[in-house]
Amino acid sequence: MGLLEEKFEDNIIVASFDKILSWARSTSPWFFQFGLACCAIELMATGASRHDLSRIGMIPRSSPRQADVMIVAGTVTMKMALRIKKLYEQMADPKYVISMGSCATSGGPYWQYGYHVLKGVDIVVPVDVYVPGCPPRPESLIEGLIKLQEKILNERPLTKKSA
Amino acid sequence: MIHEKVLKYLRENFPGSIVESEEMPADFIPIYHEYWAEIAAFLRDDPDLRFDSLQCITGVDLGEEGMDVRYNFHSMTHLHKIEIRISVNRDKPKIPSIEQIWRIGDWFEREVYDMYGIIFDGHRDLRRILLPDDWEGWPLRKDYETQETFHGIVVPKVKEEWE
Repeated sequence: MGLLEEKFEDNIIVASFDKILSWARSTSPWFFQFGLACCAIELMATGASRHDLSRIGMIPRSSPRQADVMIVAGTVTMKMALRIKKLYEQMADPKYVISMGSCATSGGPYWQYGYHVLKGVDIVVPVDVYVPGCPPRPESLIEGLIKLQEKILNERPLTKKSA
Repeated sequence: MIHEKVLKYLRENFPGSIVESEEMPADFIPIYHEYWAEIAAFLRDDPDLRFDSLQCITGVDLGEEGMDVRYNFHSMTHLHKIEIRISVNRDKPKIPSIEQIWRIGDWFEREVYDMYGIIFDGHRDLRRILLPDDWEGWPLRKDYETQETFHGIVVPKVKEEWE
């Protein structure tokens, strides 16, 4: 690969620190457990042994301080919206949000008559990936998580340019 | 059978407490709210009735006819059950609390208060139970109109034009 090839010993990789940083971030996005409704069951199934989220580097965290990704799984009520905003603000940068299922994305079955349901979690927090479904199967959620990982991988945190 | 028994006991002990009509309903007992606190204690303590389990409190908005509060009782001792209905005024909905007679009535009454705004007189902790404390209005009333905003979030209106 050019000038640096075969100049070092074996097992040494040369890359820019920017790339290594985003690669490291993308392979261990710890997620914040945020089960609000039936989507949480699918989220649990995704984390359990058959689909096994840990194989793509994701482990559940119970505190927003330790988490990188918030998976909003379920119906967001008005009362909960204030808490979601507060918890999102408590997460350390870099932070990402996945909107899981119809309810979190648009209000779902409650989009017309639910006076107390927030019509989409993107009203209160910025969302990176939307996963459709009611509830989404674990495969869909994993697809969304891999999309998020691709997004993180293409970020350049030091040069502030995202590809 | 238990229905006639309760009617007979109430007519003997609390004359004028039952809303009499030509066709008495066969499955519930309508009573006036002025007597309710004494009747409730009687229903629980009388050895022949012994309604020791309050199973449900329901609020019903009947429109112009006012509002109803409906109680379902069951007796663990005699294995019989009864339903009591009490009408309340729509403008000043007030009814004696039975929270200190059946302890479970605490949360049931708070829920009815939350949804219909019916004041339970004598309840020791009458707050909203499901909705946020600073929510405006009583959602399950027929004339309920949602508030404009909730902490800066626009509260969605019913989308009537959609088919």
